[in-house]
Amino acid sequence: MNTREEVIQAAMGWNLTPEEVDRIIEILGRLPNAVELALFGVMWSEHCCYKNSLHWLKQLPKEGKHVLKGAGEENAGLVDLGDNLACAFKIESHNHPSAIAPYHGAATGVGGIHRDIFTTGARPIAALDSLHFGHPEDRRSRWIMDGVVRGIGDYGNSFGVPTIAGEVYFDDTYRVNPIVNAMSVGVVEKDKIISAVAKEAGWKAFIAGAPTGRDGIKGAAFASVDLDLEEAEENLPAVQIGDPFMEKILLEAILEANEKGLIAAMQDMGAAGLLCSTSEMAARGKKGMVIYLEKVPLRHPSMKPWEILLSESQERMLILAEPEKVDELKKVFDKWDVPLTEIGEVIEEPILQYYFKGEKVAELPSYALAAGEGAPVYRRTWREADYRFEVLKFNPAQVPIPDWDEMLEIAKELVTNPTIASKKPIIRQYDHMVQIGNKNAWEPFDAAIMRVPYSNDKFIAVTTDCNPYYVYADPYIGTQIAVAEACRNIVCSGGEPVGVTNCLNFGNPYDPRVYWQFVRAVQGMRDICRQWELPITGGNVSFYNQSEEGPIMPTPVIGIVGIVHEPEKVVSMPFKQTGDIIVQIGPMIDDIASSQYLIFHHGIRHSPAPVFDIELEKRIQNFIGMLIKKQLIKSVHDISEGGLWIALIESAIYGNKGFEIKLPENGRIDGFLFGEIQSRVVVTIDEDNLNKLMNLAREYKVPAHALGTVTEKQIRINGHDWHDVNFWKELYESALEKYFD
Amino acid sequence: MRWGVVIFPGSNCDRDVFHVLKDVLGEDVHFLWHKNGSVEPLGEGDWIILPGGFSYGDYLRAGAIARLSPIMKAIKRHVEKGGYVLGICNGFQILCEAGLLPGALVMNTNGRFICQPQYVRVETSNTPLTNLIADGTVLNIPIAHKEGRYYVDNETLKSMYANDQILFKYSDESGVVTDTTNPNGSVDNIAGVCDANKQVFGMMPHPERSAEQLIGNDDGLQIFKSIVQWAGK
Repeated sequence: MNTREEVIQAAMGWNLTPEEVDRIIEILGRLPNAVELALFGVMWSEHCCYKNSLHWLKQLPKEGKHVLKGAGEENAGLVDLGDNLACAFKIESHNHPSAIAPYHGAATGVGGIHRDIFTTGARPIAALDSLHFGHPEDRRSRWIMDGVVRGIGDYGNSFGVPTIAGEVYFDDTYRVNPIVNAMSVGVVEKDKIISAVAKEAGWKAFIAGAPTGRDGIKGAAFASVDLDLEEAEENLPAVQIGDPFMEKILLEAILEANEKGLIAAMQDMGAAGLLCSTSEMAARGKKGMVIYLEKVPLRHPSMKPWEILLSESQERMLILAEPEKVDELKKVFDKWDVPLTEIGEVIEEPILQYYFKGEKVAELPSYALAAGEGAPVYRRTWREADYRFEVLKFNPAQVPIPDWDEMLEIAKELVTNPTIASKKPIIRQYDHMVQIGNKNAWEPFDAAIMRVPYSNDKFIAVTTDCNPYYVYADPYIGTQIAVAEACRNIVCSGGEPVGVTNCLNFGNPYDPRVYWQFVRAVQGMRDICRQWELPITGGNVSFYNQSEEGPIMPTPVIGIVGIVHEPEKVVSMPFKQTGDIIVQIGPMIDDIASSQYLIFHHGIRHSPAPVFDIELEKRIQNFIGMLIKKQLIKSVHDISEGGLWIALIESAIYGNKGFEIKLPENGRIDGFLFGEIQSRVVVTIDEDNLNKLMNLAREYKVPAHALGTVTEKQIRINGHDWHDVNFWKELYESALEKYFD
Repeated sequence: MRWGVVIFPGSNCDRDVFHVLKDVLGEDVHFLWHKNGSVEPLGEGDWIILPGGFSYGDYLRAGAIARLSPIMKAIKRHVEKGGYVLGICNGFQILCEAGLLPGALVMNTNGRFICQPQYVRVETSNTPLTNLIADGTVLNIPIAHKEGRYYVDNETLKSMYANDQILFKYSDESGVVTDTTNPNGSVDNIAGVCDANKQVFGMMPHPERSAEQLIGNDDGLQIFKSIVQWAGK
C-alpha cells in the first residue's frame, strides 16, 4: 500500500471509512502497513471502541458512596462491601457467536465474563444470565436455547461458580439473533485488587494460560456487523472454543500468585486478544510496550503476526510483573501446570512496538487504538421510530373486557407462557449450589441472595432485569422501569442496591430509528440512576443485533448488586400460613398496556409502557425495605410479567397454599389482575398486623389494599372458583419441561 | 482425628467441604495436593475426603485420569493400612474408577446435568457415615452431576446387599423409593455405597451443601457428625 487510495481500498475489508483512514494517517504521520491497518480495523470496530455509543455512555453517573473503581478505570467496576471486601461485577453479551454456534458461543461468553472479574483479583462467586430466545415451538429457537443452556451449564459447572439468577424471555424477534448476556460477580479483599494499568517501565509482560490459535480471529469485527445467516458458516472461525478446566487452573494460579503479591498488573484477553490487552494497559498507564510475537505459544505454528495479535483464543491473560518477582511467579504457575511465557516488557515511551522474528511488524502510539482517545467517537443521527404512532394511538377502550370464563383461560395462558412459566428445567442444568451460599436453592426470593464465601453474616443480592416490550414501547420509560424493577427485586430480597452494570443490546446504530431507541434508553437509565444516586460501574454495548428478519426489540439488560445488611431478617416469596392477609402495596389501576396479556392474548404489540411513577416507586421501595427490617411481613413478591395474578399464583405454588381475593369492580378486571402497572408488591402479614401496616402505608404515602387471605389449597377470585394450587402447579412446572425432552 | 481434603486442579467443592469441617464443626482439617505421593500429615485411621468437581477437566470420563494421580496411589496405601476415605460426587466417580468401590457412574438417563435438592433415604445406620441416623430416615442432600447414574452388575449388587453396603437411596420426602424418585436412572435408586470393609465410601449427593441452616438446610451435617462421633468411640 503506497498511496492513500490503496489504503482506503484495503480498509474497506475492515469496515473502516475513508475519514477513519485519514485519521489513522494523521495519528501515524505516515501510511499504515497492512498489519497496522488490521489493528486499527479491529480496535476501531464498534465492539472494541464503542465509537457510536461512548458519547452517551459518558453521561452515565459513575460516583456513589460504595464505589471503589468506576466505569472504565479497570476491567470491571468494584464496590465496597465493608470489612475490607470489594465486589467486582460486570455483564457482557455473546449474542452473535451464540446465534451461529449456541453451545460454544454461550460457554465462551460465560468464560469471558468470569475472566473480566478475576482479572481484578476477585474470585467469582456467582453467575447470572439474561437470555432472550425465539418461541420454543420454533425449531431453530429450540436448537439455540438447548445449546445455550448446555453451554452455560457445562462451562460454569466445571469452573465451579454457581449460576444463581437471570431471566429468560421468549419472543419471535429473537428467533435468528438471540440475546445471551452473562454476568459475573466476584469478591476480593480491598488491598488485593489487581490493577489493569501498565504503570512502570521495566515490568515484564507474560502471556498465561491456553496457547494461541486461529479461533476467534475477527470475532470483534463479526460482532460489529448485522447477522447474516448465509455468511454464518464462513464466520464460524470467529467463534471461540472454551476450556473451563484451563480457566479453572488459570484462576487458581492467578489467585495464589496475587495472594503472594506477585502480579503488578493484569488484563484478560477477550475481544481483539493480545492486541487489545497490550494496547489498553499501555494506554491507561501512558506507557508503551514492546512485544515479541514469535515468543507467544501457538497452536498453529504457521500463524501470521496479525493473526497472533488478533486471535481471540480463550483462557488467556496478559500479566505484568516486576522483574525481581518473575521467578516466584513462575513457580506458582508451574505448580498449577499453567503455561506462562514472557513475551515482552513495558517501556517508558508511550508507543506500542510489535516484533516478529526480528522484524518490527507494527508501531503506533499507545493512545491510538484506545476508546475515546485515538479511536473515533460519533453521534449518529436519530429519528423517533415510525411504530411510535401505533403506540400512541392505542386505546384500551377498544380492547374487549373478557368475561369470567375467558379470564380463567387467560390465567392458564399466562401460567404456561414460556416467559412466565417455571424455569426449573433450565436452572437444574446449572450448578446453582456450589460455594454453598445460594439461599434461593432452598427458598425463592425475588433476587438471588448469596453468602460471600464463607462468611457468617456477609450476604449480597443480585439480579438482572429487562422487559424489552416496555423498552420497545418507550425506550426512555422502559429502561427506567428495568432499573426500577431490578432495584425492587433487590429491595424485596432485603438488599440495598449499591451498583449497576448494563448490557445494551440493540440493532444497527446506522439505522436512525434504532439509534433513537439507544439514545433514549441511555438517557432513561442516566436520569433514574442520577436521581436515585445509583452508580453505574461498567457495562457493554452490543449493536447490530438484527438479521433479515429485522432488529431485535431494544434490550438494555440491567444487572444490580445489593448488600443484604441483615440476612437473618430476609423474607422469601412463598405464602407461609393459611389465614394470612394478602396486601397489594402500590397503585390499584386497571392499565393493560404492554402486558403479556395484551400482547399474547389480544395480539396487540403496540401500546405504551405501563404506568410508572418514579417518585412513587422510590417510596414503595423504601416502604418494603422498612417492612422487612421491622419483620412485619411473612412473604413478599414483586409484581411483574403477568401482573398481580402471576405474583399471587407463584407465591401460592411455592408455598403450596391457595388464596382468596376480591378485586374492585369499578374498572377493568383484566387490568387489575393481568395488567403490569409498575411499583407494586404483594406481601402477606398476620391479621393482627393489618392495622399497623395500613397506618405505616399512610405515613410513607404509599397505596395499600388488603385483597384477601391465604387459603389451604383453593383459589377463588371475586367469588369465582379457579381450581386448587396443585392444578396450577402442574401447568406452571410442565410448560417448559417438554422442550428439554 | 484428622481430616484431609484432596485438591485436584479441577476440584471445586474442596473449599466448601473444608469450610464445613473446619468452621461449622471445628475439626482439624488439612488440604492434600494431588501431586503429593503421601497423605501427610494424616495418620492411620484418619479420614480423607475426595470432593466434588472436575478433577482434571473430566473431558474423557469423570475420574478416569484422577485415578492415576500420585495422591490416589497414596490413598490406596492409606486404605490398605486401615484408613478411611469418602468420595463425594466426583470423588465417588474417582473411587469407582480406581477400583476402590464396586460399580461405575455413567451418564444420567436424560443426558443432562441435574442440580437440585434431593431426598435420600438412609438404608443402614451400621456405618461410620450414618451411625447417628436411624434406618429409613429421609435427608435432603443436594445432587449436582451429569454422570451420576450408578451401575453395578447383578451379582455384585446381591453381595453388596448381603454385606450391608448400600448407604442411601433416592426417595421422596416420606421415604418412598420408586422410579419417579430416581433422578438419574441409578440401579435400585442407589445414591451411595461403601466397600465390604466399610472403609471406603462414595455418595453422589453433596452433604456439605446442606450443612448450614443459615443457607437453608443442615440435613447433610449429620453425615459429618456421625463420622466424628464414630471416630471418637
